[in-house]
Amino acid sequence: MKIIVAIKQVPERDAQVRIAPSGKWIQEFDLQYALNESDAYALEEALQLKEKSGAASSEVIVVSAGPERIGTTIREALAKGADRAIQIACDDLGARDALGVARLLAAAVKPENPDLILTGLQSEDLGLGQTGVIVAELLGLPHATLILHVEKTESGVTVKRELEEGWFQTIELPTPAVLTIQSGGNKLRYATLMGIKRAKNKEVRQLTAAELGGDSAPLVLLEHVSMPQKKKSTQMLSGTAQEAAAALVEKLKFEARVL
Amino acid sequence: MSGVLVVVEQRAGRIARIGWEAAAAAQHLGVQLGAPLSAAIVGADTESLASEIAARTLEKVTRVEHPLLAQYTADGFIIALQQLIQAEQPGYVVFPHSYQVRDYAPALAARFGQVLIGDVVAISAAEGVAGPIFTRQLLQGRLNGDYRHSGSGPCFVSVQAGAFRAEALSQAVASAPITTSTPAIEPAQIRTRPSEPFRAGSQTVDLGSAQLIVSVGRGIKDADNIPIVQELATALGAELAASRPICDNGWLPMERQVGSSGQTVSPKLYLAIGISGAIQHLVGMKGSQCVVAINKDPDAPIFEIADYGIAGDLFEVVPALTAAVKAAKQ
Repeated sequence: MKIIVAIKQVPERDAQVRIAPSGKWIQEFDLQYALNESDAYALEEALQLKEKSGAASSEVIVVSAGPERIGTTIREALAKGADRAIQIACDDLGARDALGVARLLAAAVKPENPDLILTGLQSEDLGLGQTGVIVAELLGLPHATLILHVEKTESGVTVKRELEEGWFQTIELPTPAVLTIQSGGNKLRYATLMGIKRAKNKEVRQLTAAELGGDSAPLVLLEHVSMPQKKKSTQMLSGTAQEAAAALVEKLKFEARVL
Repeated sequence: MSGVLVVVEQRAGRIARIGWEAAAAAQHLGVQLGAPLSAAIVGADTESLASEIAARTLEKVTRVEHPLLAQYTADGFIIALQQLIQAEQPGYVVFPHSYQVRDYAPALAARFGQVLIGDVVAISAAEGVAGPIFTRQLLQGRLNGDYRHSGSGPCFVSVQAGAFRAEALSQAVASAPITTSTPAIEPAQIRTRPSEPFRAGSQTVDLGSAQLIVSVGRGIKDADNIPIVQELATALGAELAASRPICDNGWLPMERQVGSSGQTVSPKLYLAIGISGAIQHLVGMKGSQCVVAINKDPDAPIFEIADYGIAGDLFEVVPALTAAVKAAKQ
């Protein structure tokens, strides 16, 4: 089984958010970056499927688009066990809309003829949650979203899909297919020292956005970003931990009257 | 190209609240554009749902009906709605940002060479800007982004749960006309086979009726630290709950999860500890009477909806709070 996992490098969760002078995004120069969480679960699911299949021909290939810094995230995926990678050089990823990014990924993975394409259900920075679904559409493949578990069958896969409010369903799909993976389905592995060493010699194929023909103008434009306005007037309680805790108990008892 | 079409969502034979909210958003957009509002409902048996929608103030309702649409599949819904949109030529198509819409609307938009503007929290107009401005949340709610649609062709938009008031679309004096459209779908075009929805295991924890909830998030850092918040919950006589990552890691059982994929709660008091406040969590607890947030990041989105906040280290604040609660109860 050949599995492609599309991954994205995103700012660390607790990164400081400061709006850039352009007003269109945040300042990036001092940000730390990490592998998008649901993409990490997609990678884990792919690695487990490969391990279960046991076939020597089984392969996990990660693909990612972005500026040069995504190389570190790709190496991390290789260290965890992906066999090889495709890196799409693209310095203006954030200026592309979901269709533009999906076109790049679809063009890069099509020649591989994979059995499965996995990706996280959404990115933590832009939160579009569309890339996997559009890749499926562009490649003419069936898809399913919010998947927690994948099982190989004779003709395809059976997946467990999360629905709202604690409900689930299973879906049978023929392969090739595209699945977007929800976090929490598996326990994530860490890269081992041996894995990190091996990753250095694994193949990373370099492509550019231009050669993939993905340079059409975006239809949806992010024009301006701003810090959210507080909807409620929050009373912030200050002082030492003891002082703040005592003040809070007072407020909850005598002001909010909920204790 | 004119008009605003809202695709209303049904769940288990009823119109979902988020469906009415999308209709309210579509009406808001229609008023802003001076464009008429119509609605569509997709399924195999939509007669009574269509009448319910037609009783609201809109121009018309289309029943997109076919036996193959009895159960939701992305393939079925995309084919059916593609035909409706081609026939009706709306300028804007509005959806609720539900799990179902997230599953098919991006592909439907792509089929028109378009891009869905998803999870929108506000629709506004600005002087000197052509067309509406759609606001979405970025970076897990820590930043807002204003988006604009350029080019011709329908603009696809989905709206976040709770962003528009379901009641805003008022009852009409007379019912709107209802038409039925039967899309051409072949069984072979539906490539996926979904099962009936099921619940995992038995729900033994009913957070929905809890009056006091202590809820814990990523800030707790390790499973070994859970007793710190458990002690506070015990001192308060509160239920212990968690945000998704805590349950994903197996630190607390899934049935204690609050948020879009877990339980929806509305206690008197909701104490959010080490929870940053991503929208997936907020939708599950926004109805709480009083919200307290304890988080080391003073810019965490949870503070935007909190009544009381302590910006500090939970490992100091929570034990102090447990002691203060115990002292107050003596």
